[in-house]
Amino acid sequence: MYMFKYVTKRLGLMLLTFLIIFTMCFVLIKLLPIPTNILPGQDPKIVMATLEGRGWITNVKEGANGVYTYDRVPILLQYGNYIKRIITQGDFGIATTYGEYLNMPVWEVFVTHLPPTILINIYSTLIGVPIGLGLGIIAALKKNKWQDQVINVFIMLLISVPSIVLALMIQYVFCFKLGWFPIRMSTSDQYFSWEVFHSMLPAVFALCLGSIVGYARYTRAELSEVLTGEFMLLARTKGLTKRQAIFRHALRNSMVVIFPSILSEFVSVLSGSLIIERMFGINGVGGLYLNSITFQDYDFFMLLSGFYTLVSLVASIVIDISYGFIDPRIRMGAK
Amino acid sequence: MEMNNINNIPKEKFTFAKRNDLYHDNKFDTKPVSYFQGAFRRFCKNKGAVVGGIIVSLLIVFAIIAPLFTPFTPVYYDQRFAYVSPKLELFADLGIGFWDGGKTKNTNRLGYLKDLALGQEIGVDVIMGGEYEVSDDGSNYTYRFDTYYTTGFGKYKTISFAEYEDIQRYQNETGKQVLYPVVDKAIRNTMLPKNKDDANIYYKMDNPSAATIRPKLDFNGNIIPNYQKHAADTTSPLIAPYNSTRIEGQNGFTENGTQYFYSYGTVVGDGIVEVRALNYEYYIYEHTQVKKDGIEEPLFIFGTTDTGKDIFACLAYGARFSFVFATIVAVVNFIVGVIWGSIAGYFGGKTDLFMERFSEILGSVPTMIVITLLKYHMGTSTQALVLFISFFLTGWIGMAGTTRMQFYRFKNQEYVLAARTLGASDWRIMFKHILPNGLGTIVTSVALVIPAMIYSETSLSYLGIINLEAGKTTSVGTLIAAGQKSIMAGAGFVALFPCLFLVLLMLSFNLFGNGLRDAFNPSLRGSED
Repeated sequence: MYMFKYVTKRLGLMLLTFLIIFTMCFVLIKLLPIPTNILPGQDPKIVMATLEGRGWITNVKEGANGVYTYDRVPILLQYGNYIKRIITQGDFGIATTYGEYLNMPVWEVFVTHLPPTILINIYSTLIGVPIGLGLGIIAALKKNKWQDQVINVFIMLLISVPSIVLALMIQYVFCFKLGWFPIRMSTSDQYFSWEVFHSMLPAVFALCLGSIVGYARYTRAELSEVLTGEFMLLARTKGLTKRQAIFRHALRNSMVVIFPSILSEFVSVLSGSLIIERMFGINGVGGLYLNSITFQDYDFFMLLSGFYTLVSLVASIVIDISYGFIDPRIRMGAK
Repeated sequence: MEMNNINNIPKEKFTFAKRNDLYHDNKFDTKPVSYFQGAFRRFCKNKGAVVGGIIVSLLIVFAIIAPLFTPFTPVYYDQRFAYVSPKLELFADLGIGFWDGGKTKNTNRLGYLKDLALGQEIGVDVIMGGEYEVSDDGSNYTYRFDTYYTTGFGKYKTISFAEYEDIQRYQNETGKQVLYPVVDKAIRNTMLPKNKDDANIYYKMDNPSAATIRPKLDFNGNIIPNYQKHAADTTSPLIAPYNSTRIEGQNGFTENGTQYFYSYGTVVGDGIVEVRALNYEYYIYEHTQVKKDGIEEPLFIFGTTDTGKDIFACLAYGARFSFVFATIVAVVNFIVGVIWGSIAGYFGGKTDLFMERFSEILGSVPTMIVITLLKYHMGTSTQALVLFISFFLTGWIGMAGTTRMQFYRFKNQEYVLAARTLGASDWRIMFKHILPNGLGTIVTSVALVIPAMIYSETSLSYLGIINLEAGKTTSVGTLIAAGQKSIMAGAGFVALFPCLFLVLLMLSFNLFGNGLRDAFNPSLRGSED
């Protein structure tokens, strides 16, 4: 019951934070002038009417000199409309200035850009978690021996080299010099074909190197602490082999801390790495966001801001909540 | 006699003490070691941290001094010298094929002949050391090529007559050859219809109508020049008078008993002369005589980018901006964060709850969104300002958290109680008693935050969200973005130097910051690994 109450409270607070940020973004966006270019040959009335239909402006008037003016509805009213449209119709607006997706529903465009971002993250987690945990476990079990030293140097190097440089190095060596992979990701939408998978790999490597290091470091610290615990000694005196003691007792206990961080990282990388998407030309959410900034397409901006904020908020509470589920000793919200 | 054999101290070692010899309290002979002195000593013991600190200070010195000594700026660009390889005079003079502005070039026979022709005319080892390797079938030539002569002569230049004369004056004064003999315009128009403006073609051509035009060679394998010549004593309204250094001696050459001069300029209009000027020398003339902007010769220590920007200058200015940016943001965030955190931590209760909630909400807004919104709203002001404000807005939150923790740690200790009992005000307790105790940790967190800030600034400019180039400076991130483009062009050095800078900076700053943290908080030592 404690748990249920705690989770509800955290979720409620998260939702509140999200709503505040989302509202703030909306208000700040609405305070900006509307970036609508009426292209030659376009009927300004139709353009304005389209916008009006999306809750942007109302009361378009044609002045005596042929110039169109408009009055704004109060922003909160617009916000109400916006939310209503989202909830009742799932309509996040249309692209107004983003050249490539002009007049397309923002949500649909967003959905088509999700798969590359998500796939890259799934692959990178699939590669990163076992390697990272493995390295961490080896380092912890062989603490202060040469295996540990080697892994430590590796970790230190990868931590210090910024991911932007690391990604560039991967691109230079594997894509350009050796020519094993294409320099940019394939734009085909057959996401599970070999061609796309192959072209994704350098980005996946670049993305998972960071998480490998994080997991290895974390696992090593956590496991070596657990290994010194007295219950490990007890387990050995009971007659368990070293292997049994490590796998059944030490690893499970260290997972209490490591697993939530894996979950949270998985959620947070869902939003993708803007840098890696940019560098490897991945047609994902990050690229969409960057382009929507350039084009000043506010409906895109609102949707993607909401998405990014939600992802980062969820990632942060996933850690807290999962502790309670994984470790029976931790009782969330108990007084 | 062992000193630690306390049980058997010989009798003669004991002496009687006199009453007035007794001192109950001796003053310490040693100097007291304050917390900061101790921290400093611990810091100095950590070799990695000291090395990191030295590298950081070297990088800072580079960022301060380098912009003063290089005549180039981030605004400067010159397409004639795009993708020029790094060159350091020291290495170039040694001739060891490293850092000398050369680049290994793989080309076919035609490309090789063109470079050979250029080198022969201007008397420079454009093919470095004159050495080349030919593949077995003779189709592929490999040699080191001097990238400073990539464009060679470029296109025919039209200059005013005054400039034409000024160049001759400059040539006479310095003995340098800027202008080279021209090819007859009529020949160019008829024989090289596609390449008639290409000033690099000064030689006779083999079969010029074919798709691959190539220089004609004489029996010794040399290029045959195709210069326009005129008899020494004749003048033509089409030939601009020339009285400066000539490529074959001052007096021209003699053929069949008549003395001839090569012509160095074709009059193409009223007071306008068409010349063949060597880009390298013309560049020197232009910058020392006309623009007078302190640039003495094209010499790019770190090479140039795809648009011909000097990487060294860009890196220096970018580094300077990064450091200034990080320092200012760190100071402002430090002040705001300390005040905010002290109030939240000291008063606790409802105040703390409210303030925490506020900073939590503010902190959950992704930085990218803050910057984008600011950019939209401040569209007309400089991007650097956007960057500063967005980091001011959210940067202090971490600092406030650290300060708050320190206040929670110290506020219930006895000395605070004592101060309060003695009637000290809240502000006095906060800033005179508690804050100095937590300062070490807080300052350390500033040192750890600086590289993170530089990195986010770098990645924002890499992504193009922030573009400082309009503000007459640049960022390392912009350079890395240019470097990524250049990889395809085979100019890896464009990315190399900014990346190297970034790696060095991050590595040394992290070592330095971790050293500081361990020094200020000895109980934390090694808890990270």
